Amino acid sequence: MRRGWLLPTIAVLGFAFLYGPIVSLVVFSFNESRLVTVWSRFSLKWYGELFADPQMLGAAWLALQIAATSASIALVLGTLCAVALVRFRRFRGRTALAGMVSAPLVMPDVITGLSLLLLFVAMEGLIGWPSGRGATTITIAHTTFCMAYITVVVQSRLADLDLSLEEAAMDLGATPARVFFDITLPIIAPALISGWLLGFTLSLDDLVIASFVSGPGSSTLPMVIFSKIRLGVSPDVNALATIIIGIVSLGVLGATILQMTRPKTNKA
Amino acid sequence: MSVHGALPEVKPWKGLRRLKERGVTGRWTVILPPLLWLVVFFLIPLAVVFGISLSTKQFGRPPYSSLLSFGENGTVQLTLHLSNYLKLFQDNLYIAAYLNSIKIAAISTAFALLIGYPMAYFIARSSDRWRNILLMLVILPFWTSFLLRVYALTGFMRGNGVINNFLGLFGIQPIVMLQTDFAVYVGIVYSYLPFMILPLYTTLVKLDGALLEASADLGARPFRTFLSITLPLSMPGIIAGSMLVFIPAIGEFVIPSLLGGPGTLMIGRVLWDEFFANTNWPRAAAVAIAMLVVVVVPIMLMQRAQNAVVEKK
Repeated sequence: MRRGWLLPTIAVLGFAFLYGPIVSLVVFSFNESRLVTVWSRFSLKWYGELFADPQMLGAAWLALQIAATSASIALVLGTLCAVALVRFRRFRGRTALAGMVSAPLVMPDVITGLSLLLLFVAMEGLIGWPSGRGATTITIAHTTFCMAYITVVVQSRLADLDLSLEEAAMDLGATPARVFFDITLPIIAPALISGWLLGFTLSLDDLVIASFVSGPGSSTLPMVIFSKIRLGVSPDVNALATIIIGIVSLGVLGATILQMTRPKTNKA
Repeated sequence: MSVHGALPEVKPWKGLRRLKERGVTGRWTVILPPLLWLVVFFLIPLAVVFGISLSTKQFGRPPYSSLLSFGENGTVQLTLHLSNYLKLFQDNLYIAAYLNSIKIAAISTAFALLIGYPMAYFIARSSDRWRNILLMLVILPFWTSFLLRVYALTGFMRGNGVINNFLGLFGIQPIVMLQTDFAVYVGIVYSYLPFMILPLYTTLVKLDGALLEASADLGARPFRTFLSITLPLSMPGIIAGSMLVFIPAIGEFVIPSLLGGPGTLMIGRVLWDEFFANTNWPRAAAVAIAMLVVVVVPIMLMQRAQNAVVEKK
């Protein structure tokens, strides 16, 4: 292999590109100096500052609550939607449902945010609900786009499910609901978990949609971070990023190890 | 929401039983909740945007004029303003922003493909153990915050950032990278590279090695084999990966506003400023509708056509 060095070189450079900025972010979170790029000496002071900042902590708590709520509602709606699309071959409105649920995947965030805000404002004028904007409206907005992603995840799992199990249960006299809760649900549980996690992460990360539909006093964590880094460098954001990256890395690492060590079942 | 599912003991209403005999109710308890949710929080909002794009800015709450006005003798007057759409054509800013968004998204997608393809190929060709680890390394950034990764990039590229400090070791003057279009390209490639690599990897890992060997046995040089076998067979991955980068890049707001300069026109940013800085909601709505027609609808149609081709196969 004469050209054997080319691919590994590009791959190494590619991974360096992906991880370089993250590594430098983590390293400089332990820097004493306010300059996030010039090293002075090791210090944990930015972590202290982070945990003493009520605005950051409040925003983080709000974002976590919204993410958990909207991922859960979206999980129910998305699973129902996936079941409808995969199991019911034909019904009125199928095309409409399929189109509407996949549209948020290609819709720019600015449009989703703007359209929901205008809806909430119009609804408030017509029926008085939701009065003002805040956690509720952000949750509704996040549920809508999380639902799209969860539907895709659950749909693909349902599509390659062995139908004979469900048919057998049905033949033994189980009602469709019973079949779903006793057979289908346990089998698609891994897809439900990863769908929920995906929704949770996407909601936690959203800046644009939340900025449109939030109200005074309900800034989520990304909104606070964005306004901070727009003003310039802030090492406490580095500290926060390090904590988030740490938690996520442990989670992903754990999941990968679990997957690699678990004996291979018939379906991964 | 329907209650009858929870109350099986109650004798069902006749019409309901008839529906049940046709297997309709059970199905509709599954279909209706997501369908209603999407109609209320997806379809109607778009209609509202369209409606407001036909009104004009005014001071007050809400900051736009009402389309319907009620006269004294029970008359209803419908006033539609097309001025917002006319403005999109008259003011060069908007057309420039649309064109520039498409240009930036296309160039970034091309770079992501150039970097992502060899990486995906490398991962697909590595041993089982390494493959899992490398795949994990590709997926990991996706689960961390997008906003924080863009922030990490600003620290890397700023005037006294890591790259310039490194170049300084060799006596090279600091290069201005932030607040340029270049930084926006880097930002998009950096943020969406995993989305390019994953579909490419999925098609490349399924590639039959025997085909490559056969081609080599017949005397083809590696480059020739790549052009006539690997590349055509990985086309579905190339298309899927490019779409996954191009689509979010086009409406991007965070990357141009944190990495780009004041002159980096992108349509997502224009919409944002129209709404937040100018509080011109009707104009922002018109920008959104135009974006929908020019960008989103063609993309959805293309995806649909592609899915139809895949299903046929």
